[in-house]
Amino acid sequence: MHFGPHLLLAALEGLVTSAVLALTALGLSLVFGVMRIVNVAHGEFFMLGAVLAWAISTAISGHPAIGFATALVIAPLLVGLVAFLAEWLVLRRLNYNPESTIVATIGMLYIIQQLALTFYGPEARPVEPPFSYRILLPWFGYSGYKLSVVAASAILLLITWLVLTRTKIGLIMRATQYDRETAQAFGIPVERVYAGVFAIGAMLAAIAAVLIVPISQAHYLMGQDPLLLSFIVVIIGGLGSLRGTVVAAVLIGLSDGIISMFFSPTLAKIIATLVVAMVLVFRPQGLFGTAPR
Amino acid sequence: MRDASPAKTYALHIVVIALLFALNFVLPDYHQGLFARIMALAVFAMGYNLLFGYVGLLSLGHAMFFSAGLYGAGLTVYHLGWGVPEAFLAGIVSGALLALAIGLLALRTSGVAFMIVTMMFAQVFYLLILYFAAWTGGDQGLVIQQASRAIAIGGVSLDLTNPTVRYMGALALFSVVLLITLAIVRSRFGRVLVAIRENEERTKMLGYDTVTSKLIAVITSGAICAASGAAYALLFGYVGSNFASIQYSILPLLWVLLGGAATTLGPLIGTLFMYYVTDITSGFTSAYLLIVGVALILLVLFAPKGIMGSIRERWLGWLP
Repeated sequence: MHFGPHLLLAALEGLVTSAVLALTALGLSLVFGVMRIVNVAHGEFFMLGAVLAWAISTAISGHPAIGFATALVIAPLLVGLVAFLAEWLVLRRLNYNPESTIVATIGMLYIIQQLALTFYGPEARPVEPPFSYRILLPWFGYSGYKLSVVAASAILLLITWLVLTRTKIGLIMRATQYDRETAQAFGIPVERVYAGVFAIGAMLAAIAAVLIVPISQAHYLMGQDPLLLSFIVVIIGGLGSLRGTVVAAVLIGLSDGIISMFFSPTLAKIIATLVVAMVLVFRPQGLFGTAPR
Repeated sequence: MRDASPAKTYALHIVVIALLFALNFVLPDYHQGLFARIMALAVFAMGYNLLFGYVGLLSLGHAMFFSAGLYGAGLTVYHLGWGVPEAFLAGIVSGALLALAIGLLALRTSGVAFMIVTMMFAQVFYLLILYFAAWTGGDQGLVIQQASRAIAIGGVSLDLTNPTVRYMGALALFSVVLLITLAIVRSRFGRVLVAIRENEERTKMLGYDTVTSKLIAVITSGAICAASGAAYALLFGYVGSNFASIQYSILPLLWVLLGGAATTLGPLIGTLFMYYVTDITSGFTSAYLLIVGVALILLVLFAPKGIMGSIRERWLGWLP
């Protein structure tokens, strides 16, 4: 293959990564923005979504599309329920203290990971894609499913944006994010908003995982990379900024796809992590964010 | 710290050390080895506690200081054929230098950003170990030969693979670091560190150079953790990238939380307790991480002060 098509392929792969990453990071960003806590267990909610998708789609016989569609609805709901319970049982009692919640979510990370290993096992298992249409480009054929993942992610991001900016729920969430105490004084049930946001954040990660699982298999350790990458995206995009998160996800996804096609993946990861750490040190508000209030 | 009674405090620590010394002759072989390991790792926890407990800086990257010591000692023995004392020193120095560099960068941030930055630097360190697998052995690690793990003092050769020598080596390091932390905590400098934890702005206003104090604390903490890593490499003869992974940044946090943050004996108690809990439960289940996770959540929910912290609060107000 010549350089041009090679680059196109890398860019397409990067776009798929970006799409999934944007959804996952958006969940992390929402939780951080509204609740001011760092959810270290976010990657495990992603993994849980993928593992549940495998369990649901193998339990349902018939055309793979039926199993996949069911998984796409049920798995995020289940993950949302788990997150809701975790928020209700643990985080609320910690009064959302930033440091205690980090320790607690580290605990959740280990619990979810170990339970997945115990009940799901150490194997990586695939989920059959709902359709296997190949788009034939002049130089190579490309999976139609992968492109539909990008489309699905774009639609979901648009919906989230509309909900946040155009509906009453979004207004309540933004009010809580802006000033928790004033919001409470105006009769906003802040605790319920927090529980909802934590569940939605986890559900976004789960949806992203269900979408990606026909491409990369479900594995109990698969939450680690999305967690780190989501952190990177949220930091580069500016903590709590939706637009920045999406832009950063596309940036990171594309450069990840292109860099890892030409360089050693370990070296690429080293450079990326170091750059992001430096951004956080010298420009804590992120590249697109504004200075904190 | 309500009652400054140096005699009582020092007596307690001497008794603890004497007790550990006596245990060497009582413990069965298996537990003797386990205790040596626990003491070496308790040093790691003490280094972590200095920063987390006393200065209030929660780092999620201390595995890099531990493994800086581990590799600083291990690689100089393995590749350069250095002797045990020189290698041990090399480990501490590499940890201190790394801590200086990381401190200069990471201390520009605070709170959540400090945790994420330290975690990312530790991740870079971990990936570097994997990247330079030709020298570090990557995730396979390196085994340090028995022959190079001996110290010759005036004609007598101390073989670190001998269980009693190993136990005494770990105990010696543990005692020195315990007394050093005790001295730091009781000193003027220690009070400044606690003042920074309680209210940094006010401490600054009172005329203390909080930035330099924090940097010194990071370097001291890094050097102690590196000493633990160097001792671990030399005593147990193995270095591996596993020790640089995020899990080894979280374990000292767990040990310190369990034993009691900002107590001198808490790190030992926490490490001892957690090690035995995992050791006993591993007989029934392999779900070791589940226990770590549940322990973290229960601690942060119901006993944020840890074992020694609760004892100090209820009964012994004078505990340092």
